[in-house]
Amino acid sequence: MKVELRDIHKRFGSVQANDGVSLCIEPGTIYGLLGENGAGKSTLMKILSGFISADSGEILLDGKQVRISSPAEAIKLGVGMLHQDPLDFPPLRVLDDFVLGSPGSWLLSRRRARRELQELASQFHFNLDPEATVSSLSIGERQQLEIVRLLWLGAKVLILDEPTTAISAQQRAKLFAALRKLAKQGQTIIFVSHKLEEVEQICSEVLVLARGRVTGQVAMPFPTEGLVRMMFGQPVMLGKRLDVPLGRPLLELEDVGVSPPQAGRLAVKNLSLAVREGEVIGLAGLEGSGQRLLLEVSAGLIRPTMGKVLLGGRDMTGRPYREFLEAGVAHLPAGRLEEGLIAGMTLTEHVALVERRQPFLVNWEVAAQAAVSRIQEFNIKGRPTTRVEELSGGNQQRALLGLLPPQLKLLLMEHPTRGLDIESSEYIWGLLLNRTLLGTAIIFSSSDLDELLDRSDRILVFFNGSLVSALDARQATVEQLGELIGGKGVA
Amino acid sequence: MHSVLTRPGTGLADLLLRLAGILVALILSALILLIAGTSPLDAFNLLFTGAFGSSTKLAYVITAWVPVLLCCAGLLITFSAGLWNIGVEGQIIMGAVFATWLMRVLGDPLPAGIVLPLAALAGLAGGGVWGVLTGMLKLYGNVNEIFGGLGLNFIASSLTVYLVLGPWKRPGIGSTSGTQPFPPALWLPSFEGFNVSPVEILLGLTAVALIAVMLRGTYFGLRLKAIGKNMRAAFLMGIPTSQHLLAAFALCGAFAGLAGWVLVVGASSRHNLFPLISSGYGFLAILVVLLANLSAIWSVPISFFFAAIGIGSLQLALQRQLDSSLGGVIQGLLVLSILVTQGIRNRLLKRGD
Repeated sequence: MKVELRDIHKRFGSVQANDGVSLCIEPGTIYGLLGENGAGKSTLMKILSGFISADSGEILLDGKQVRISSPAEAIKLGVGMLHQDPLDFPPLRVLDDFVLGSPGSWLLSRRRARRELQELASQFHFNLDPEATVSSLSIGERQQLEIVRLLWLGAKVLILDEPTTAISAQQRAKLFAALRKLAKQGQTIIFVSHKLEEVEQICSEVLVLARGRVTGQVAMPFPTEGLVRMMFGQPVMLGKRLDVPLGRPLLELEDVGVSPPQAGRLAVKNLSLAVREGEVIGLAGLEGSGQRLLLEVSAGLIRPTMGKVLLGGRDMTGRPYREFLEAGVAHLPAGRLEEGLIAGMTLTEHVALVERRQPFLVNWEVAAQAAVSRIQEFNIKGRPTTRVEELSGGNQQRALLGLLPPQLKLLLMEHPTRGLDIESSEYIWGLLLNRTLLGTAIIFSSSDLDELLDRSDRILVFFNGSLVSALDARQATVEQLGELIGGKGVA
Repeated sequence: MHSVLTRPGTGLADLLLRLAGILVALILSALILLIAGTSPLDAFNLLFTGAFGSSTKLAYVITAWVPVLLCCAGLLITFSAGLWNIGVEGQIIMGAVFATWLMRVLGDPLPAGIVLPLAALAGLAGGGVWGVLTGMLKLYGNVNEIFGGLGLNFIASSLTVYLVLGPWKRPGIGSTSGTQPFPPALWLPSFEGFNVSPVEILLGLTAVALIAVMLRGTYFGLRLKAIGKNMRAAFLMGIPTSQHLLAAFALCGAFAGLAGWVLVVGASSRHNLFPLISSGYGFLAILVVLLANLSAIWSVPISFFFAAIGIGSLQLALQRQLDSSLGGVIQGLLVLSILVTQGIRNRLLKRGD
């Protein structure tokens, strides 16, 4: 089936997720959709598969304009999407999961469905036991189940969103073989990924998105450097680095291993790292490659399953989060309103929460004054009585920074400037780097390569749960970093 | 929780919506009364005179009001912390059980002036323990407080049946009507000619006032609200969330337990322990606090109003041979229509954004 998207726009609050995206895919193609986190790939595909609707733009299937307002409608039209986390029903048996979305009559013939499930699965050399429960399958097998289910429902366009994030190398080989076979049968495959190597390996055409716009459309093969430049753009030079003299070792991780919070997710193993006072470490890598686990283990939010965590020479392995806080560690999570601030409470209330001046009673006048002084100091556009959810993203981030205690040894941050304009991020980095003058060490994760290169002393690159390289940020280039993040040269 | 509870209302539009909710409830109640075969005006009149027609009736209203007030005080704490403490009924019962136990043991040897306050402490402890149990089930057993609370409610009420028919049965007769009533010395002293104890009223109002101050002006209250609105962020800020949740359950249980004590020793009470002694006051208080939108001040008149409907509706049964549960139906309709109007208001506001 031929797929055409014309001038798709979609905005979420202040973020323009898709800004005039157009594409055209011929049947029988494996079409790559490449871009970094937040480039707008998933949004575009969710629009095509009916999960969300576009603000404006057209969708054409086989030349006919269609309106797709739900996933059920999409599959009726022949468009099926395989999500990053399989949308299946873990407690059900494989066969039940398989027939669940089938339209039509109330009565279903299990015997027929079972036969067809097995026929489809064997075509692609998938081993799916109809009687097993879905929860007993690996992520890779659950993907296989989703693929045959969508095909059985009549999908002619198959969208795969980051399908290889959580599967083994053998399963990946099997998946790729199946995709090639499907394309030969005339299916249209859209392969969404930020892994360069895979896109180069399997796709015949690639569309590159960055910040919601199309930055390139090429036939494969194509030089890797070109793709990287389209993904990340040209480097922009910003504020000066403050070459702070580094002090004593502050945080030391010795051979740390962390098991994932959810089964089937990736674990981190054998992580060793020493961070010195005043040092800024940038964590690079695709989302979920292990950066978050490193930050959380350093903050004392999760316990390592092996190895040691030392702070200023003191063994803190397995100590509660509170002791990390008392030792001067702070953690700023990525979700500003989900994990950082408390929606429904005012700036004054936030200040009162973090700044306890008396044992029992809150002095609201003093708290309001303290809020005023922080608003000025951190350039927050709001008033003491403003509820935090009414602030813009940049002001929320400034408020979060304003709530940190003045004396900090180690500051851990996820995406400190995600979604902020250049002016706001400049301001925030100014505040952050000033802290390093006092000896605070900073570890932050980011998907913005320029930010990583401009702000860090060292960049650690993660791929699939392991630290694959450590770079001196002064000498690294965007191309080099982009290739490492995409897993180039990693077995 | 956010879907039900809204910010304290502001402005005229909000007040009008609330009034509209009450109006809808009245119309629906009138319809049901018509179906039940009585004139709504007559029934409302009966409800009113049934609650306020004489000083005796007013005394009954106040007697029903105080336990609801005490439970409201407790529930304001748990609701602020984002908890649905359905177990409040069981906490009342355990307060009554502990208070009864203490008075059975010490009622004879010690003077009433000492036994009554001690029994109150026992009630606080009984309810508090039952509340903490719900909290521990939630925190360490991963049992949602709604289910934990329901389970503990059943255990508490079964325990009263066992006690009343077993170890604490009346000499000679074992009947579910309850234990042997305590002598008048162990009743709370009442006003002259008005069978309500000033102690009860004072206790109920003080409890609510105390909680109002606590929620508005203390770090404990502020932290509880932070936990209720965003537990993860509160934890990351360094607030010890588990301790605060347990404290919320303990305090709510303690207030409910005190209500249990009032139900045993109150001036117009039955002065004994009987099965179902909590009489649904805890559930009623949940509705009151929801209706008051977590406002301590509003929960005072609302709980009084509900107590009046409850007592007034007894007249429907006595004088018109209607089922006295019609009072409960009216209470329920009130709550539902006001919550629905709030829900509609929120939806309209959201669309306006």
